[in-house]
Amino acid sequence: MSTETLRIVWIYPDLLSTYGDRGNVLILARRAQQRGFRVEVLEVRSDQQLPTTADIYLVGGGEDGPQALGAQRLLADGGLHRAVAQGSVVFGVCAGYQLLGTSFFAKGTQYRGLELLDLSSDRGPTRAVGELAGDIDARLGLPPLTGFENHGGRTHLGPGVSPLARVTAGIGNDGASEGAWRGKLLGTYSHGPALARNPALADLLLRWATGAQQLPPLDDTWSDRLRAERRTAVAAARA
Amino acid sequence: MPLRAKVASSVSRTAAALSRAAGRGDGSVIGGWIGLKIDPDLLAHLSAGRAIALISGTNGKTTTTRLAAAAVGVLGRVATNSFGANMPTGHTSALAKAGSTPYAVLEVDEHYLAQVVEATEPHVVALLNLSRDQLDRAKEVAMMAQLWRAALVRHPDIRIVANADDPMVVWAATPPATHDQRITPPHVTWFSAGQRWHDDSWVCPECGSTIQRSGEQWWCTGCPLRRPEPQWTVDDEGVLDPTGAWYKVKLQLPGKVNVGNAATALAVAAEFGVRPFDAVPRLGDVTSVAGRYAQVEREGRLVRLLLAKNPASWLEAFDMAEQAPTLLSINARDPDGLDTSWLFDVDFAPLRGRQVLITGDRAYDLAVRLEVNDVPFQHVRTFDDAVRAVPPGRLEVIANYTAFQDIRAELDRVN
Repeated sequence: MSTETLRIVWIYPDLLSTYGDRGNVLILARRAQQRGFRVEVLEVRSDQQLPTTADIYLVGGGEDGPQALGAQRLLADGGLHRAVAQGSVVFGVCAGYQLLGTSFFAKGTQYRGLELLDLSSDRGPTRAVGELAGDIDARLGLPPLTGFENHGGRTHLGPGVSPLARVTAGIGNDGASEGAWRGKLLGTYSHGPALARNPALADLLLRWATGAQQLPPLDDTWSDRLRAERRTAVAAARA
Repeated sequence: MPLRAKVASSVSRTAAALSRAAGRGDGSVIGGWIGLKIDPDLLAHLSAGRAIALISGTNGKTTTTRLAAAAVGVLGRVATNSFGANMPTGHTSALAKAGSTPYAVLEVDEHYLAQVVEATEPHVVALLNLSRDQLDRAKEVAMMAQLWRAALVRHPDIRIVANADDPMVVWAATPPATHDQRITPPHVTWFSAGQRWHDDSWVCPECGSTIQRSGEQWWCTGCPLRRPEPQWTVDDEGVLDPTGAWYKVKLQLPGKVNVGNAATALAVAAEFGVRPFDAVPRLGDVTSVAGRYAQVEREGRLVRLLLAKNPASWLEAFDMAEQAPTLLSINARDPDGLDTSWLFDVDFAPLRGRQVLITGDRAYDLAVRLEVNDVPFQHVRTFDDAVRAVPPGRLEVIANYTAFQDIRAELDRVN
């Protein structure tokens, strides 16, 4: 953290906020505040310049047109690349995850991505819609991922990234792996308010941003109940 | 009507009556389903000879249809699908049940508008709004606007009554050659009913540039698409018509949103030659719409039902609800959409200071949302538990689709 205040940037809510992506901003801010951090949230619209010194950058989901436009603006702006070079945390969701890679498809055309993660996305044979669950990379020390996915893409990981999780329900990248991470950059197909169902993932991003080895536990009664209910629902659907 | 259509229509009515008698529902879908099996062109046959208005959009279409049917009723009998069965089966049932009427006002699911336009050859189509709704299975907003536009461009003879405040609607209502909105095509009438929800129209559907807003105005920064000057507007509990005449609109339905719906209904009725002066008193007779806004007494509590299916309609429900204990109920069954992510697109802050109860299949999703929103709440297992948990007096109930129907069933299918 470069200053006393944790700075969270929500990238282009005018373009990339289709599925309750605001939830991730709200959850990160709240969980940081509950640990005594001062938090500043900046919503940066696509006609504004991206600040380069924030601690966490969030890139959300979006329809094809806004996704292509968002990637084009981020490439032209260059701010996110400078922030990453300085060690900022980036969390990408769905369309926001795809555009962190080298290329993605929107409206039948291949677009250049930000090349921040070694992965590329194309179109799958079917749309992936439904519950998504997976066991997260053991090195990250997190409980299983739970979420909802809704995307037409398939994502192929290069050697420069690790999968975020091994899929136990749903499709994720390709039916086997889900999401990707490298350093302090992390992306997932668990769309919208992914952190609502995965508070431990929110805390991982906060630890990366603050350098804290551990954060005091919080009362997660309601998210624990939600996670248990979803786990049961996914198991019942499979039985 | 051809013999096959007559038989189909008769069987359709019988099936609907049987369904109601058996307590299986309103009978508003099954009758049409059977009728269309016998005669696939039944909807077209039942439409012939009627002057028809279609009303479509993401939100407000059931209420606006009820209000427009009341307004057109000035002229004579009106067939309408008043139970919210808004797909071709529902339209077929409604027309078969009504028998011969000079007019029909039909609510149409936005996905079916093109198909129903072809089948019914309407005199007027009203386009209310387009916003995100059940994105796990519904078309994305821009795609829906494209489908509307493609359907309407083939029928320049149809009168269009459209919402000037929604960029997606304005674009869909206007043929490609005339998207400079300073020139309104002669068959389009614009109304302004306000738009609280802007988060699905920041990107121009024509050119992909950013749409800017200032007050009630909006314009594209990259092409001529901009807010057209509306002919019908809403103003302090009243409606201004295209001549500038103001009519006080006293509704029994709550909220500013419904004054906007009333303005739309008056604009639709005017396309049939109804004068607002004659129609306004009839709008005040509408008390509830397929259970929406219905009030029921239960153990000393006056329970009012508000339906909220998507982020835009939640904002409207908060505007309608009184400062009173409020029960929120959320399901995520097929008709609701399986994804609850939209809960984070709704700001529940207006509920702070009220006693808030939550229930429904997906109450835990709502619990997590409300916690982050700093809205204290109490989780209850059933509707009855909620009734007992609040003091005598008003209880506002805001629920999404199947949760609303569950509670309505507990209240004996109140209309």
